[in-house]
Amino acid sequence: MATLELQGLAKSFGNTKVLHGLDVKLDDGEMLVIVGGSGCGKSTLLRLVAGLESPTAGRILLDGKDITHVDPSKRDVAMVFQNYALYPHMSVFENMAYGLKLKGMPKAEIAKRVEEAADTLSLSALLGRKPGQLSGGQRQRVAMGRAIVREPKLFLFDEPLSNLDAKLRVQVRADIRKLQKRLNVTSLYVTHDQVEAMTLADRLAVMEQGVAAQIATPLEVFARPADQFVAGFIGDPSMNFCKAVLCAGGHGAKLAAGPEVALPGEASWGPEGMAVMLGIRPQHVVIEPGTGPLGFAVALEEPLGSEALLHGTLPDGEAFRIRVPYPAPQATALTISLPAAHLHLFDAQTGKRLEIA
Amino acid sequence: MERKTLFRGWLLPAALVAPQLLITFVFFFWPAGQALVESTQATDAFGLSTMFVGASNFLALLTDPDYHAAILRTAFFCVAVTILAMAAGLLFASFANRAIKGRFLYRTALIWPYAIAPALSSVIFVFLFQPQIGMITNLLARFGVNFNYTANGSQALALVILIAAWKQVSYNFIFYLAALQSVPRSMLEAATLDGARGLHRFRTMIWPMLMPTTLFLSVTNIVYAAFDTFDVIFALTGGGPGTSTDMLVVKVYRDGVINLDLGGSAAQSVLLMAGIIALTALQMRLTRGRAT
Ligand SMILES: Nc1ncnc2c1ncn2[C@@H]1O[C@H](COP(=O)(O)OP(=O)(O)O)[C@@H](O)[C@H]1O
Ligand SMILES: [Mg+2]
Repeated sequence: MATLELQGLAKSFGNTKVLHGLDVKLDDGEMLVIVGGSGCGKSTLLRLVAGLESPTAGRILLDGKDITHVDPSKRDVAMVFQNYALYPHMSVFENMAYGLKLKGMPKAEIAKRVEEAADTLSLSALLGRKPGQLSGGQRQRVAMGRAIVREPKLFLFDEPLSNLDAKLRVQVRADIRKLQKRLNVTSLYVTHDQVEAMTLADRLAVMEQGVAAQIATPLEVFARPADQFVAGFIGDPSMNFCKAVLCAGGHGAKLAAGPEVALPGEASWGPEGMAVMLGIRPQHVVIEPGTGPLGFAVALEEPLGSEALLHGTLPDGEAFRIRVPYPAPQATALTISLPAAHLHLFDAQTGKRLEIA
Repeated sequence: MERKTLFRGWLLPAALVAPQLLITFVFFFWPAGQALVESTQATDAFGLSTMFVGASNFLALLTDPDYHAAILRTAFFCVAVTILAMAAGLLFASFANRAIKGRFLYRTALIWPYAIAPALSSVIFVFLFQPQIGMITNLLARFGVNFNYTANGSQALALVILIAAWKQVSYNFIFYLAALQSVPRSMLEAATLDGARGLHRFRTMIWPMLMPTTLFLSVTNIVYAAFDTFDVIFALTGGGPGTSTDMLVVKVYRDGVINLDLGGSAAQSVLLMAGIIALTALQMRLTRGRAT
């Protein structure tokens, strides 16, 4: 158990900048989930922390000690690889025991620890098998087992669920969360799946092109996204955006699609005429038949079971989505309103979230 | 699924396999049959009369202490060449697998010896080890070592082992390099994070992954050393001095062509043939077991 601190961590491969200087601190026992699109440098970040790559700049502190240049075999860090990276020539038992043997632990204690871990992960019946004789879910659990028996200072998870089918993923996701809470090991978990990120994280870091766009609790990120990228990335279905300019002394906004909408709060959001981006999640849009100020042309209805997602456009042609309880109104043209309480405002120039005191 | 082609009639298929059959017949079955026949005959020293002697050539061989000595010598030679050539091939392959700059040059240089004609490689080594003017001979002389492979049997044996192994290093290098490159990188990284380093990581992770290649190469190298080194040895020492480099393949030639004991020599070739068939069968079994 330990704290982890990354200070200005940067990495380039030749001329390609992958990480642009990352600052983050993990508390003891905390699970930080880093979420970002494919190729944004998630694996690279984990490999830096593990010591499999060396950073171009910055420092890594584990438990307050600078480990930036410590050999990976001496960092006491365990990683669950995306492809599991099991030892194919060894049995499940040997896979888990390998790291303990290297530490010089007595045989009896190794057996005890491995059996305990196998018990936790329902692997007891499989200890004699080779990885080639296991299913994907079982291999994943062996990879987890190999990490937990060592009782390391830090867990690193590189998209450990991405190779499982959807149903198993939900199950294992919950198992990982429970296990991590119980063992209370500081963990860095990367994924491109925002649902995984929301459900697993104590805190969430949303990565965008090599920098952390926001680091906060999942609910905070969802309720108050720091910029337009985060707002669009977190939440499924993703947030709607409409161009607008401030009016009425900064208390209202005139949409590019026509009508003016009221903005939340008492204070002014800025000078009249300032270009902003209004954001609202599809589930917060209200349909008001006949009386709503904004027109919405339905192009497609996606039934989701108890709810339906309507895809369509606003009068200015902007794409827009609404989530409504099932059954959805059977009309091709609706009128809607955007409740002030659920509006998010972003600076149209910088994409940053706007706040009023 | 295997692809099968169906031919109508028999003329075309027969015409297609005929060249291969002809070659096999002329260069294998005919001489092999000839050897079989001759191995049961005795011919007088002038080649004037021939008579059937049954298995007595074989019996004579199996009770001949010289032949026993040659078998032991050849076995030692094979093991030495195999170990040396495989160890060197693996070592160089490990370097090449790690090297990033100059990788292409390095590989090309290592594959070169394989392309050199066997007798020619002996000539190269003669330049280096020639008793009077060889470069390495002179170097050794400076350290007080008197190197003369034409007079000293152990030195001659060491030298033919060296050359035979050198010829085979490229082959082993290529196979080991391919095997090393198919060792999954993330598995090695996982082992590193588990605390494994250096030789220990090699022994517990890489070496087991190389096992199928090692098995395959062991047989291939033994077959090579036992049956395919005639030209190298003959060009350098002719089997001498004395019998110190007189391996089975050389002895067949010396006894038959030089000493004109055609029956005895033919019996030796039949035994060699049995040996090569056994080893080839073993090798085929090993390769078939591998998922390639
Ligand atoms: N060893 C490497 N050499 C060069 N470029 C690399 C290397 N490893 C990763 N990259 C590049 O860095 C970027 C981030 O990769 P990665 O960390 O694997 O992304 P992610 O895991 O988020 O999908 C990618 O554009 C990738 O091509
Ligand atoms: Mg990745």
